[in-house]
Amino acid sequence: MDILQKEKKLQKLEEELQRLDDEKAIEAIKNTIQAYKIKSMASLTSWDRVLLARHPKRPTAKDYIEHIFDDFIELHGDRNFADDQAIIGGIAMLNNIPITVIGQRKGKTTKENIAYNFGMPHPEGYRKAMRLMRQAEKFNRPIVTLIDTPGAYPGLGAEARGQGEAIAKNLFEMSDLGVPIIAIIIGEGGSGGALAIGMGNRVYMLENSIYSILSPEGYASILWKDASKAKVASEVMKLTSYDLEELEVIDGIIKEPIGGAHYEPSLVYESMRMVIERNLRHYHQMSHYEVKTERYAKYRNIGFFQRFNYDNLKGVVK
Amino acid sequence: MKRDTLQNAFKRKKQFHNQLSGYKKKPMHQVKAPDVPEGLYDKCSACGKTLSQKEMIANKLVCPYCHNHFRIRAIDRISMTVDPHTFVEKGLGYITLNPLFQEGYEEKVQNYKDKTKMDEAYVYGYAEIHSEPCVVGIMDSYFMMGSMGSVVGEKVTKSIEYALYKKLPLIIFTASGGARMQEGIYSLMQMAKTSGAIRKLHRQGLLFISVLTHPTTGGVTASFASLGDVILAEPKALVGFAGPRVIEQTIKQSLPEGFQRAEFLLEKGMIDKVVHRHEMRETLHLLLRMHKRGAYA
Repeated sequence: MDILQKEKKLQKLEEELQRLDDEKAIEAIKNTIQAYKIKSMASLTSWDRVLLARHPKRPTAKDYIEHIFDDFIELHGDRNFADDQAIIGGIAMLNNIPITVIGQRKGKTTKENIAYNFGMPHPEGYRKAMRLMRQAEKFNRPIVTLIDTPGAYPGLGAEARGQGEAIAKNLFEMSDLGVPIIAIIIGEGGSGGALAIGMGNRVYMLENSIYSILSPEGYASILWKDASKAKVASEVMKLTSYDLEELEVIDGIIKEPIGGAHYEPSLVYESMRMVIERNLRHYHQMSHYEVKTERYAKYRNIGFFQRFNYDNLKGVVK
Repeated sequence: MKRDTLQNAFKRKKQFHNQLSGYKKKPMHQVKAPDVPEGLYDKCSACGKTLSQKEMIANKLVCPYCHNHFRIRAIDRISMTVDPHTFVEKGLGYITLNPLFQEGYEEKVQNYKDKTKMDEAYVYGYAEIHSEPCVVGIMDSYFMMGSMGSVVGEKVTKSIEYALYKKLPLIIFTASGGARMQEGIYSLMQMAKTSGAIRKLHRQGLLFISVLTHPTTGGVTASFASLGDVILAEPKALVGFAGPRVIEQTIKQSLPEGFQRAEFLLEKGMIDKVVHRHEMRETLHLLLRMHKRGAYA
């Protein structure tokens, strides 16, 4: 039974709760709900987390921006070609500190989703993000990025306008940005499309979000020629927040309430706000050069391999 | 007599060294004839004409009739691009591990190692092109489709750092299916690592020429391959971020002919020049000469 089925069961219990008016029965049902939540929804498999990361009710980047920051002005366009709706960006205030916020936006209804291209940015979206980041550096504003995308859009126009080049340029420029970048993965972090705005000094993940090189479906279809084995793939791929923290690729996990962020979004907003505030305090003391160097060193050292050390041999061979 | 024993001692030391490391030094510069798998290239895949292998090798693995460029091994690329006996391989001894404990990954890598006689899908080193010194890096698509895992990412970064250290121009021939999915998130992070290193090269004012060869897709296109000061491509090379199959599945229609090919990218303004394999050496030499330090002082 996966998390969506469990959710349906919970929903039935809650409907029952509304029909009842006897106090004792209400109390009893409330207890069952609580017990059920703790018993079967607290410990999740990787596949459950994949489903939660893609949950239609999950708060989107827009929700986070609205609830965490005090004021927000959205800025549009890459000044070259178009304004990509899949990326939302602008300037926000947090405790009277201006911050550049860039997020990948998914919709909640089908209409919204079509307008936002299901959170899959085109090259112009990445170029817009780059423009906003350069602007942030000019005015010495820290950058917060909210990542939620299945991947960069694979389409005719996107390829013709240089999707690869847009992502590469983002990585190229972000490695040399003097202001701190705090990246938070709020839903799906899909491949290069996510990394293109996610090369942060600090990378955080919501508990039930995923970050991977390709979707579990893609992995299964490439490796086993069977996309329906995605469930198995999700266990092998190490894409959950806890796995990635263990691999030391991310810096921290932002906890979610039982059952996912959409049950009690205000808790997530609050803890995310605290994380951002903490990091702003930390980076306030650092110069542009220090921030750059720290970020470069962080990504320079990621990798898992061994190098045969020839120098050690000199002592062995006589 | 004394001298003889000393030489023997050195020999024994070297043998022991090799035994310990399990690594046999590849005689890179001695390779003259490209090793074409037997019977594989007997027919040109584009025009269908039957070709003898001798003919192919003499013609730098290009079809003499339709000028179809075949995929080539890194060793062959070196022998046909740089001056003979000048290539010195650097960055040896990297060992690919299995960070995510994927089933069968180690055996797969070992298989490719045995088959291609390479450590990983990337080779780099010092070389000269018509006596112009440079650092050359070559990806080999015969090693697991040239996919970029931790070791390839690290070696690419090392080659950039080597160019930085020696203040030499850097040329990278790319051929890759993208990031290596068996290493998961680590492969993804190599994109950030290599792009950051290129940025350092950029700041030092050093030349980076990226030569896109068939096929260059995925994570490699979205990192260092697209960041060259000058981007060259071989004719009809497939270059793109998403693979053609993925795009077809997404838009649910077949792709136009020549889509994502080098000529298409040239038309869209993504690359500087499409260069025939026969002219590659001369073009690179010209570019190196044009970017020589102190040429305008």
